[in-house]
Amino acid sequence: MSLLRLDSVSRRFGGLTAVDAVSFDVPAKGVTAIIGPNGAGKTTLFNVISGFIAPSAGRVMFAGQHITGLPPEAIAKRGLVRTFQLAQLFESLTVLENVKVGRHLHTTGGLLAALMPFRASHSEAVVGETSRALLRHVGLASQADTLAGVLPYGQKRLLEIARALAVEPKLLLLDEPAAGLNRDETTRLASLLCQIAGSGVAVLLIEHDMSLVMTVADRIAVLDFGKLIAQGTPSDVQQNPDVIAAYLGTAVAAHA
Amino acid sequence: MNSRASIWVETRHNPALLVLWLLAAALIAYVFVTGGYLIAVLHFAAIYVIFVTGLNIFMGYAGQVSFGHNAFAAISGYTSAVLTANHGWEPLPAAALGLSGALACALIVGYPTLRLRGHYLAMATLAIGLIVYEVAVQWGSVTQGYMGISGIPPLGIGQWTVTSDRALLVLLILSAALAVLAAAGIRRSRLGRAFVAIAGSEDAARALGIDVAHYKLIAFLISAFYAGVAGSLFVHAVGFVSPEVYGLHMVVLAFTMLYVGGIGTVAGSALGALVIALLPETIRTLSDYQDLAYGAVLIVILIYAPGGLASLSQFWSPKRRTEGA
Repeated sequence: MSLLRLDSVSRRFGGLTAVDAVSFDVPAKGVTAIIGPNGAGKTTLFNVISGFIAPSAGRVMFAGQHITGLPPEAIAKRGLVRTFQLAQLFESLTVLENVKVGRHLHTTGGLLAALMPFRASHSEAVVGETSRALLRHVGLASQADTLAGVLPYGQKRLLEIARALAVEPKLLLLDEPAAGLNRDETTRLASLLCQIAGSGVAVLLIEHDMSLVMTVADRIAVLDFGKLIAQGTPSDVQQNPDVIAAYLGTAVAAHA
Repeated sequence: MNSRASIWVETRHNPALLVLWLLAAALIAYVFVTGGYLIAVLHFAAIYVIFVTGLNIFMGYAGQVSFGHNAFAAISGYTSAVLTANHGWEPLPAAALGLSGALACALIVGYPTLRLRGHYLAMATLAIGLIVYEVAVQWGSVTQGYMGISGIPPLGIGQWTVTSDRALLVLLILSAALAVLAAAGIRRSRLGRAFVAIAGSEDAARALGIDVAHYKLIAFLISAFYAGVAGSLFVHAVGFVSPEVYGLHMVVLAFTMLYVGGIGTVAGSALGALVIALLPETIRTLSDYQDLAYGAVLIVILIYAPGGLASLSQFWSPKRRTEGA
């Protein structure tokens, strides 16, 4: 039973077909990676899945339900949460508050609660505890009261993941989580991804760092010029001639 | 607890802010004792504290832009004025009706425009500000045009009315304090975090399940409510209203207060309102050069404290400099 199913999803921008009839399944467990050369349509595909842009054709099913064309907030509510290629933190909030925002869907309270703080203090305490636990999980507990805007880049990426986990997603979409990280940070990211997958959250990631992908991914899908050209286990994909051609050029070009 | 915590958190690392709060308290106490013309200035300041604190919820917390909150002050203020002065209503029900009118107008303007990104809302608010001003000028049979409405009774319930300047000062300071505490409570709550999240990144907020259009509208309505309260308090405090009271000048003044105080911070918008309301009085002795000095002071503040007065702590603790940005 697949958690996410893409059924010939296409997205055209004028004459350019950024995503071209892509169909694939993401199972409810493990790490799935989408790889492909720059401009292959990976981020566009992410934007379609997470509701930031509507597909030109095709269907997106999540947990057995149609989510094609739903707005991002409705898709998040169903348990599909994404991060961004450039970490998009709430920079004027503290690290802890950022994660608390991630608890939005699991808490209640509007204006009335804001104006009657005594009644809300219990639920605030619970949110605070949950959020601190998540910060400990990604190793940012000591930074809880720092403003998110002043974190070093590597920690920003970790905070974005912690914030996404606060939503308790069924499926976590990570757009190049290792971009800009040093080797050390990438290693820690890899073990964090394995922990997340181990806790039962399915992970779908776009990534250029092949050693990370080969370490953590259970399955890989390869996009090239908007088309899905291969999918399978890391070793399958590594030996697939189409994939080698997409990355290194065709045999003719390679010999020339 | 929450609201006090919020002001305390801002103040704790910020000796400048603490000094400003103490100065403000000392000034209010001094004026209360000595009385005189400065009481009227503080009335004005307290009303603007409410207006600017509300505007800060929309512009500072939620990161949107409105050039038209004077419209909501005008709708509520004129409703209060017309009903109490011309139709013998009690101030409270008149203000309640005025506030409902302001909120209804905010809903009508905000609902369609807040779904759009970019500057549509700013343009729509600018338009509503100008429209309400024109209505106040042209609808002579009700608003008496440029002449304005005078003889507006003081605030009160039944026989208890606030007639003395000192009693009015206490009432207005209490209202302003309540407004600031409520804004601080909002900032520390789930609601306020959603506002600030939207200002930080709409995309990220949506990806976490926040209905951005919905929360922008709530922020807009809350700030329109504050504007309405300020508008109604004004007419009863002064006893007179004309279109100029809620003209574009009000918007310029409120923006100045917001940026001088420090947009986004609870204390900044309140202190900014106090400082800017008092500034013309403190430099009045310069007579001919008054406007020049006023402008110069504003420029100095914005050059040396671009984050506003609330960011002055930078001078004490360089470590936090980047955080103020």
